[in-house]
Amino acid sequence: MVESTHETCEGLLGSLSDYIDGDLGAELCRQIEKHIAECEDCRIVVDTTRKTIDLVHASNDPQTGLPDDVRNRLYKRLNLDDYLKPSAK
Amino acid sequence: MVETIIQDISIEALRNGDRAEFAQLVDAYSAPIYRLGLRMLGNEQDAEDVLQNTFLSALTHLPAFEGRSSVLTWLYRIAVNEALMILRRGKPEVNIDDTDSSDDNDQISPTQFVDWSALPEDELLSAEGKQALDTAIRNLPENLRMVFLLRDIQDLSIKDTADTLNLTEVNVKVRLLRARLLLREQLSYYYGERMKKEKSNG
Ligand SMILES: [Zn+2]
Repeated sequence: MVESTHETCEGLLGSLSDYIDGDLGAELCRQIEKHIAECEDCRIVVDTTRKTIDLVHASNDPQTGLPDDVRNRLYKRLNLDDYLKPSAK
Repeated sequence: MVETIIQDISIEALRNGDRAEFAQLVDAYSAPIYRLGLRMLGNEQDAEDVLQNTFLSALTHLPAFEGRSSVLTWLYRIAVNEALMILRRGKPEVNIDDTDSSDDNDQISPTQFVDWSALPEDELLSAEGKQALDTAIRNLPENLRMVFLLRDIQDLSIKDTADTLNLTEVNVKVRLLRARLLLREQLSYYYGERMKKEKSNG
């Protein structure tokens, strides 16, 4: 019979975010890994959720700067014109 | 990246009205705030309004800033409120408050079990794939989208996300999970269809 909550698919789902973010203790991780080794549906949910987050990160380029015209108007609006140096990157 | 810059900015100087320090703050955080506005509102004009209003409001309220949260969290909170004001112009029912958590207990059950996770990255992130992802994010219910944007796109911690939105950490976690599962459902449907098409094309 079921001992840990992570032996049910629903129980696993509840810890999915923490598991993917690496915020789960070793024992709980072990339980989840045991479950997904035997449950194909949950294995797919874990893998595709992880991939979903990876894609979000990959498609979101943090280096994307502010367009120059937006930046100029912002500095003018804030009366910071005199600090308007050419954008660094 | 952003977090390393923060140490150079003196809250004390900001509060005393040091313009050079404020210019440095604007320089450090205008890009992430503009991106947040773009993601929240979906168009450049509104994102620019959010950006300008956020720093104007920051300028007004800096003397009262107590430094209990980080400057970035504080700026994000202003930006989120500015963005919500713009959103509410169109539809008054937008609500991200803790009190509106009636649906937070409903578990989202996955219905799509196509394994698309091993598809090559360039296929997943083709122009069309990126668009599907953007659409899926835009389609998230408002209260889930806010949490998702701050945590998974702006890269805030659970705690900072909670502080920014005035939610409990538990609430943030519940909403984050729901948002991620909803996105996963939509992407599974999209990539599942694509995998089917590829198969039938030979
Ligand atoms: Zn399962």
